[in-house]
Amino acid sequence: MKNYLRLNASLLYWVLVAPFKGHLFKISPIFRQMVFIGVRATPMVALTAFSVGVTLAMQAAHSLQQLGAEIYVPDLVMVTLLREMGPVLIAVIVIGRSGSAVAAELGTMKVSEEIEALEVMAINPISYLIVPRFLAMLVMLPALTILGNFIGVLGGWAVCHFALDFNTAGYVLRALESANTWDLYSGMIKSAVFAWIIITIACNAGLHVEGGAEGVGQATTASVVQALLAMLVTNAILTAVFFFGA
Amino acid sequence: MNPETEPVVEVADLSRKFGDRTVIDNLSFKIHRGETMVIMGGSGCGKSTLLRHIIGVMKPTAGSVKIFGDEITTMNDREIADVRRRFGMLFQSGALLASLTVGENVALPLLQHTDMSEDEVQETVTQKLQTVGLSGFENLKPAEISGGMRKRVGLARALALDPELLFSDEPTSGLDPIMTAVVDKLTLELTQGSGMTAVVVTHDMTSAFRIATRMIMLGRGTIIAQGTPDEIRTSPNPEVQQFINGEPDGPMPLNLSQDDHEHHPHVKARPLVSAQHRFRHKIP
Repeated sequence: MKNYLRLNASLLYWVLVAPFKGHLFKISPIFRQMVFIGVRATPMVALTAFSVGVTLAMQAAHSLQQLGAEIYVPDLVMVTLLREMGPVLIAVIVIGRSGSAVAAELGTMKVSEEIEALEVMAINPISYLIVPRFLAMLVMLPALTILGNFIGVLGGWAVCHFALDFNTAGYVLRALESANTWDLYSGMIKSAVFAWIIITIACNAGLHVEGGAEGVGQATTASVVQALLAMLVTNAILTAVFFFGA
Repeated sequence: MNPETEPVVEVADLSRKFGDRTVIDNLSFKIHRGETMVIMGGSGCGKSTLLRHIIGVMKPTAGSVKIFGDEITTMNDREIADVRRRFGMLFQSGALLASLTVGENVALPLLQHTDMSEDEVQETVTQKLQTVGLSGFENLKPAEISGGMRKRVGLARALALDPELLFSDEPTSGLDPIMTAVVDKLTLELTQGSGMTAVVVTHDMTSAFRIATRMIMLGRGTIIAQGTPDEIRTSPNPEVQQFINGEPDGPMPLNLSQDDHEHHPHVKARPLVSAQHRFRHKIP
C-alpha cells in the first residue's frame, strides 16, 4: 500500500509538476501506448458491447412486453449502458487485456534488470515507463467507453428494429430523449477513475515484482484481481454518490 | 583539491549487512583518473554488491562512497541522477530494453540526456556499434542476437555519452576469445587514449591481467590483496595464487557461491529433491 501511494505521488509529480520544471514528456511513447492499450482493444470492446446491447434489449423487451410497454426498451438500454454497463464492462475488458499486459511487461523488465539499468542511466523509470502508460490509459479508457456505449446502443437497435418492429427514427428519438447529458458524463467520470485505478495497480504490481518468472506471473494475477475488486467497489461508491445521494 | 589528483572513486570503511550476514566488511580503496581497476574474487564474494553500492543502487550499512568527490550514499534521487549522467555502466546481462531495437538502445542515453539532432544521434549510434564490432545490427531486437552480442551492445550503450568513468560487470563472460580481446583493447584505448577511468568486475584472469593497472582481490567481503598486476601475480598469498591459477584445491572455501542467493530474503533456499528420492517414483 505504501508503495502504491508513493507511485501515485511520483506519478502526479511527473505529470503535473515536472513539465513546468523543464522535464516535458515526449508525445510519441504516449501514442504508442494509446495504440496498444486502446486501439488494439477496439474489436474486443465492440463485440462485447454489441452483445451486451442485444442482451439488454432482449431482456428488457421480455419483461416490458408483459406490461405492454416495449416502447421503453430504448430507454432501458440507453440508460443502463451509459451509466453502468458501458464503463464497467469496458473496464473489465481493459483490465484483462491491457492491465495484465502492462503488469507482465513491467515485471519482466524488473526481473531482467532493465529498470535498474534505466536508473543507472539516470533515466527515471516513472517518467520514462509509467507516465506514457498512465496518460494513454486516461485518454483511451473513456474513449473506448464512448465507442462501447455507441455500439451497445446499436445492438439494442438491432433487436428493436428486427424483432420488435421499431423504426430507426423512433428508436433513436426514444433513446436520445430518455438519456440526459449527466448520464453520459457520469459514465465518463467513472471510466476516468477506473483508468487511474487500473493503470496504477498494474504498474505498481509490475514495478515491485520479486523473484523471476514466477514472481511475474503472481504479480500479473494480483494486478488483475486487485484492479477488478477496486474497480467494482469504486463503481458502487460512485453510483451511490451520483444517483443515490440526496 | 586538484581534480587531476583527486580520486574518481573513493570508498571508505564501506560495510553492508543483510540481516546478520556481513557481505561487505569495512572496505576502503581509491581509484584515480585513467586507472583501470579490476575487482576480482570468487562468485558470491560481494563483487557485484560492491559495484551496486558504488553506483548508488544499494545503500550501505556504514561507510562512504565518493564519486567525482561527491558523497553518493546520502544523495537524493536527483543528485544521484546528475552523477550517473557522467558515468557508463555495463551490466552483467547487458540489461538492454527488450522492447527497443539495438540501435534505439544505444540511442536512449543520447536522446534522454543530450540535445543532439536525429542525424547526430544516428551517426553516434553507428559509430559506437562499430567500435564493438556490431555494424549493421541496428534494427534487430535484443532477443534476436546472442548473449555475447547483447553484452557488446550494452557496452556501446554505456559508452554512448563518452563517460569519464566506466563500470563493467563481467564484461567478457560469454564472449569468445577474439571478442574478449576486442573488448579489452577497446577498454585499453579508452583509458590510455582519452583518460577514461574503468572499474571492471571480472573473474576472467586473462582479461584482467591484460587491462588492469591496479587490482583488488575480494574474499568474504574484505580485500585479500591489492596492487599492480605484477604484484598480484607474485603475491605470496596462497588464496590469490589459487584464484589466479584456477586450482581446485587450496585455502579458498568452496561454499562461497551459495552466498549469491542469500542476498534475496524472499528467495528461500529449498533443498533439492535427492536423486534417490526422485527415482523411487519412476522405478516401479
